[in-house]
Amino acid sequence: MSEPEPKWTVAVPAVSARDVSVRRGEIQALRHVSFEVPPGRLTGLLGPSGSGKSTLIRAIAGVQAAVEGRLTVLGFEPGRAGLRRWLGYMAQSSSVYEDLTVLENLRYFAEIRGAQLGGLLERVGLREQTHQLVRRLSGGQRARVSLAIALLGSPRLLLLDEPTVGLDPLLRRELWRLFGELAGEGATLLISSHVMEEARHCEDLLLLRDGRLLAQLTPDELVAQTSTTDMDEAFVRLIERA
Amino acid sequence: MKGSVTRSFATARRVLRQLRHDPRTVGLMIIVPCVLETLLRLIYTHRRQAFDQAGAPLLAIFPLMSVFLVTSIALLRERISGTLERLLTTPLGRHELLAGYAIAFGLLATAQAVIVSALTLGPLGLRVRGPSELVVVLAIAVALLGMGLGLLASAFARSEFQVVQFLPATVLPQLLLCGLLVARQRMPAALYGISDALPMSYAVDGMHHLTSKVSADGAILGDIAIVLAFAVGSLVLGAATVKRRTS
Repeated sequence: MSEPEPKWTVAVPAVSARDVSVRRGEIQALRHVSFEVPPGRLTGLLGPSGSGKSTLIRAIAGVQAAVEGRLTVLGFEPGRAGLRRWLGYMAQSSSVYEDLTVLENLRYFAEIRGAQLGGLLERVGLREQTHQLVRRLSGGQRARVSLAIALLGSPRLLLLDEPTVGLDPLLRRELWRLFGELAGEGATLLISSHVMEEARHCEDLLLLRDGRLLAQLTPDELVAQTSTTDMDEAFVRLIERA
Repeated sequence: MKGSVTRSFATARRVLRQLRHDPRTVGLMIIVPCVLETLLRLIYTHRRQAFDQAGAPLLAIFPLMSVFLVTSIALLRERISGTLERLLTTPLGRHELLAGYAIAFGLLATAQAVIVSALTLGPLGLRVRGPSELVVVLAIAVALLGMGLGLLASAFARSEFQVVQFLPATVLPQLLLCGLLVARQRMPAALYGISDALPMSYAVDGMHHLTSKVSADGAILGDIAIVLAFAVGSLVLGAATVKRRTS
């Protein structure tokens, strides 16, 4: 176990992609994507469904096969053992044990991460459901169990794939506030969404379409470049220009 | 190392908790073998010898089927629901995950073997001449074999419908060839050769050695060792199907 330990510093980009492509069977899911995710910021990964968001997040999490090009997390190859304790990953499917209670799910993942539960259930608004079987929860509640698991152990890099989909607007707003707080505490967040409006909550944006990176910019730059505050319209204008 | 043990046991506890929320499955795993052994005893009411001959091998076949089914479906669920993918992004290693499963199902198989053999050797009066603890040891070895085969089956199935079909596909041919119906020595040479390559043959041989008049502890331990070797082999192959990176 003498391999170099990944260090978390502001000097190295949290994620760096150079000419990254992924082929999934017949589909070219990502085409020559290059970008850097700065550490300690909230980056939104936006694009319509099928644009390659999940493939990109899975590649960064180190669970995507057939990744071409150079993709590094803190300068290291994704998925290696030393990196995994820094990482919190929430997939699009809820990826929780339906036949366990909320607390049993969290306890198990806390044990394998060597983490404490702290006030996580309160933070995602699931205190009342602590002892309920996940099978009996609504879709939105399951998504929050999944989110709580991703947040265990205060990971430095959070990869959240559509964490707010299907949630009621009030809860969505609270979660975006929580994501902002986490970035304020020093975590790097990469959050995907197909709802363009959510771009407003992010500090940086990666816009994907058809497996290609359309643009990397801030929400203000997006508004300035497209001369509209309607995020859907801004996306359309970017596509037309490209 | 310490973290590795902690994570394996955490996984074992999690698997056992899942089973605790499903008492019907656990109940069926214990009760069905008891009912079947009782039924066998009643069928052979006037033929004690035949009961000894057939009842003992069954003790080795139950853990194979039970653990095969729970492992294959549990792993298939982990693959389909995305929990496996999530686990592989955490510090949990693949071998720690499988060790956790082995601990949990090993305990389950032990409970099943202790209860079913207590009934079969006690009230039902199955006559075993070798040490009866070895019945439990053999059952655990067979359970680990069932886990390895279940793990493999889960890798080749896309749905629960498919995965349960692997049970008759992998277990029934072994059942026909293991010497339960016809002594292996009396089979055509080609089939005898095939049966030599199948783990169930050694599990049943072991049980026969335990019940036969000329009981030889050495032969039983040899059979147990061979079943364990098959179990380890299938677990290693099965572990190779748990991939961190998938398309």
